[in-house]
Amino acid sequence: MSAVVETGAQTYDCRVAFAEELIELARADERIVAVCNDSVGSSNLGGFAKEFPDRLINVGIAEQDMVGVGAGLALSGYIPFVCAAAPFLTGRALEQIKADVAYSESPVVLCGMSPGMAYGELGPTHHSIEDLAWLRAIAGLGIVVPADPAETRAAVRWAAGARTPVFLRIGRFKVPAVTGDRPFTFGRSSCLRDGDDVTVVATGTMVSRALQAAEEAAAEGVSVRVLNMSTIAPLDEEAIRRAARETRAIVTAEEATVTGGLGAAVAAIVVSDRRPVPMRMLGVPRQFAPTGDTAMLLEHFGLTAAEIRAAAVTLARSDA
Amino acid sequence: MLVADSSAAADWRRFRKELADAEPEHRREMLRRRANQSRTTDLAMIGRAGLGHVGGDMSVLDILTTLFFAVLRVDPERPDWADRDRLVLSKGHTAGALYATLSAAGFFGAEELETFAAPYSALNGHPNRVKVPGVETNTGPLGHGLPVAVGMAVAGRLAGSARQVFVVLGDGELQEGSNWEAAMTAGHRRLSNLTAVIDRNRLQQGARTEDTSALDPLDDKWRSFGWDVVTVDGHDHLALLEAFTATRGDRPTCVIANTIKGRGVSFMEDRVEWHHKVPTAEQISTAAAELAR
Repeated sequence: MSAVVETGAQTYDCRVAFAEELIELARADERIVAVCNDSVGSSNLGGFAKEFPDRLINVGIAEQDMVGVGAGLALSGYIPFVCAAAPFLTGRALEQIKADVAYSESPVVLCGMSPGMAYGELGPTHHSIEDLAWLRAIAGLGIVVPADPAETRAAVRWAAGARTPVFLRIGRFKVPAVTGDRPFTFGRSSCLRDGDDVTVVATGTMVSRALQAAEEAAAEGVSVRVLNMSTIAPLDEEAIRRAARETRAIVTAEEATVTGGLGAAVAAIVVSDRRPVPMRMLGVPRQFAPTGDTAMLLEHFGLTAAEIRAAAVTLARSDA
Repeated sequence: MLVADSSAAADWRRFRKELADAEPEHRREMLRRRANQSRTTDLAMIGRAGLGHVGGDMSVLDILTTLFFAVLRVDPERPDWADRDRLVLSKGHTAGALYATLSAAGFFGAEELETFAAPYSALNGHPNRVKVPGVETNTGPLGHGLPVAVGMAVAGRLAGSARQVFVVLGDGELQEGSNWEAAMTAGHRRLSNLTAVIDRNRLQQGARTEDTSALDPLDDKWRSFGWDVVTVDGHDHLALLEAFTATRGDRPTCVIANTIKGRGVSFMEDRVEWHHKVPTAEQISTAAAELAR
């Protein structure tokens, strides 16, 4: 079981797969509607709007209203995909997500577009690195971060039928295909590469980098397992416990703040074990990003294959 | 989830039929008595629980009573009926008034009211749709009801349903910007199946609305957002009934219901401290005597 990301492999904007799948589903189920905040373009809803003009509810630049309207539609039997740039969807409408969606058990599909640092030079106002931490604190809300186009399609298909509140983090920063034909199962991770020295638990844009890191670590004699943690909540605790049992250390990698994101979630499980293993959490530290494009910012914060490999190799060779 | 009380629901059906057949003045008297019974029930709940929002409960009860006992096409024994009218209580802190009303309509048994705010009760200090039939969405934080009601009205449109959506808002909560986002959406989309009812008692938690962040001219605000506006005496049941059932044009309707916080209890009326003060047993019995008139 191994997957290798070749250098120069084709990369994809997951919003394309998102929109194609949503349109396909909407053709078969007229309960599917899209709600957005003047983000028809950035949420890639142009095709949807053209084919289903009555089912695209653009409320304008009004995120609190947008999420409330989505809840009202969901509570009336519709399946709303509420789409907006992730920083504004989660930051501006956090209380609506808590009260109108999660607490009210409204089956809204919240679609956080262009998350992480996808908006690069537009700066920290437009970065969505806090979303995972904020949303993890909300009871009853599923959080899904697909790693590539195939998984995006599968997650969209699942969400349309789930009838449960969920947040999908839909990437804009281009990523290679990594999941192959592995099925997406909500609440479960998938093992993209087996290994017995160290486990890298990665999500979203970091998954392909983790696979590359594992390949490079193998050349140094370190065997790295790579888990694609595409559901952040509820977390696949079993896979994490198994990793802590079967490998000697865990590295987490996420394009999000390390204050409360995937790493913190994994650590909470690891330290509750009788014999915890050492961990390294890679992510954005508790600081605002400098000016730069996405690739540069990922480099700046050490969210690269090289840094993941270094963390894994260091942990494998330490006596901790 | 609580379950319907068939016998109370049958009484409610009889009441509605009798009301529909009654002369206007008798109608007014029937609704006045019904609302005051709910006020007495609510005061007892608050006294027992040692908490509640008594002032706003008293001011909104004529609105809620008129809606549930004369207007809304709902069925207490089928709370999930898809084509029912919707009532969203945006001012969720007046849950006590809603619970007293829902119970009187048979959505659940009156004995449940005794558990208001007690440990593990379905009747939280703010309403929960997952636990209480007749509650359409969970409210409590202010400024949430109108956007959700707009979504419900859009859904009614999409479904080609005749269902009407009503949302009851406090006046103080109009200071939340989310309301005006939603007011724009409703005006822009000409949601004529949506009615916002403002419980205009002019008091918020700490002071008068006009001394805090003034709302007037409130009717002009709504009109300029694309709504039809009608202003009524929020304690005149016939005026409310007429406003709620008038033929709609092609715009959403805002009913500004001028009310008195603490209405019906002389020592509470229009006094800011009764926002969430808890009456003593003696005060409750004085209030009950006034409300029985």
